[in-house]
Amino acid sequence: MQVIEAENLTKRFGKFTAVDSISFDVKEGEIFGFLGANGAGKTTAMRMLCGLIKPTSGQGIVAGYDIKKQSENVKANIGYMSQRFSIYEDLKVWENLRLFAGIYGIPNRKINDRIDELLKRLGFESEKDTLVKSLPLGWKQKLAFLVAIVHEPKVVFLDEPTGGVDPASRRQFWELIYEATDRGITVFVTTHYMEEAEYCNRVSIMVDGRIEAMDSPRNLKNKFEAESMDEVFHKLARKSTRTGD
Amino acid sequence: MVKVENISKKYGKVQALNNITFNVDKGEIFGLIGPDGSGKTTLFRILTTLLIADSGIAKVDGYDVVKDYREIRKIIGYMPGRFSLYQDLTVKENLEVFASIFNTSIEENYYLIKDIYSQIEPYKNRYAGALSGGMKQKLALSCALIHKPVLLFLDEPTTGVDPVSRKELWGMLKKLKEDGISIIVSTAYMDEAGLCDRVALMSKGYCLSVDTPKNIIQKYDKILWSVSSNNMSKLLKDLKIHSEIESCFAFGDTHHITLKNRITFNELHNYLMKLGHNEIEIKTISPGIEDCFMDLALKGADDASN
Repeated sequence: MQVIEAENLTKRFGKFTAVDSISFDVKEGEIFGFLGANGAGKTTAMRMLCGLIKPTSGQGIVAGYDIKKQSENVKANIGYMSQRFSIYEDLKVWENLRLFAGIYGIPNRKINDRIDELLKRLGFESEKDTLVKSLPLGWKQKLAFLVAIVHEPKVVFLDEPTGGVDPASRRQFWELIYEATDRGITVFVTTHYMEEAEYCNRVSIMVDGRIEAMDSPRNLKNKFEAESMDEVFHKLARKSTRTGD
Repeated sequence: MVKVENISKKYGKVQALNNITFNVDKGEIFGLIGPDGSGKTTLFRILTTLLIADSGIAKVDGYDVVKDYREIRKIIGYMPGRFSLYQDLTVKENLEVFASIFNTSIEENYYLIKDIYSQIEPYKNRYAGALSGGMKQKLALSCALIHKPVLLFLDEPTTGVDPVSRKELWGMLKKLKEDGISIIVSTAYMDEAGLCDRVALMSKGYCLSVDTPKNIIQKYDKILWSVSSNNMSKLLKDLKIHSEIESCFAFGDTHHITLKNRITFNELHNYLMKLGHNEIEIKTISPGIEDCFMDLALKGADDASN
């Protein structure tokens, strides 16, 4: 089953074409890496898929809903975690989960069970009453991920989730991602760590608004005769003609 | 150029820096490598005279960071992690402000910023607030250089920057070094350590090691293997529960493991076959900086708890 279907998705701002007719599918349970240089159009594409801005042309179906006509349904059925994790520092761990569970409309009688289950899975039970601001960064990041999937969305969008985190925590975070996909949640992730691109089932690489390559990391490396995804990225991004960022 | 001796700093109960000691030589690119919260920015703020340490001595080009802060401020350039130029001034106006504060002009030191500034010069009448991330960074670097500092501080210049632009920035730093400017640069990207002459690996306010990247790698004393199979996520779990494996982490398209005791490739191969893995590949590898960092961080944690 396809969880994301994009067909000729395009976004123009005035004369500038930020996203230029991109098409791709993401399957249920897949980890899909969405790569590209700064300014290639990743964030704009992601904002369209999340129902936050409307495409200029093209089609998109996310979690079964049309991103143009049913953007509210899209928002209710996806999770989103940004670089600056949107969790509340002055609330306790469980209060953050409680808040977002409420926002996503989980019935009251189910909320406590859901929170306990998530905390247990993370090995976080002992920190249930801890204020978020006193947690180490690596833990905050994991909590932000749990907050993003508290309503069991079909797909979760992660926008550069691992910047600045220490190497061990970064890897533990990916184990959490693996676990979510084992339970059927689809993961759509952007990252600047090319080594993390290797953990994805498939990746796409955007250059100047277009998708220039899309395949499994292994096939991409073969195709571009590269040792690593970093090398693939450099070979492709060199084609960019966009200035500045 | 820079002398740091037993610098410590506490914020309330949090020990941000713990007895940090190192020297930076003239003409060196010196890297502070560590994740968020390791103390990099605090150390920068102390060395740039914006914050006073609780204890310890720090000197920049022979000047004391507390007593001689006025002298230091004249000879250093500082690019903070957060964009801190005037958003409501144009590109050119920002550069003019910094040049005039330091009693110089854009023309006088233009040669120094030419390579960087010429890339944003076509947009010189644009407001700084309207620039893209990459252009803001180039402007900030130009502003930090316009008075020809002897020492440049760059706080995480590559955070959130794509791999291609990161490479470009490191190229610029190399050229500045050739112009005789010493550079202290911080980053959370471990792979950038190799681009520095020497690095200090930092974690939780401690300095784990100060050396050339090459020596740090040579000092690594564990047996390190890379392992891959047709089912990488199961492989990670299966390796973690093996009694002779000390640590196991995903590294790109393989997993890296360190061993408690010597086992053979064959023993591990058979163990994984029995658990249903195919296409098993095991290799002895030499460590990268990230392997070294994780090993040192682990040892550091052990020392702290003892």
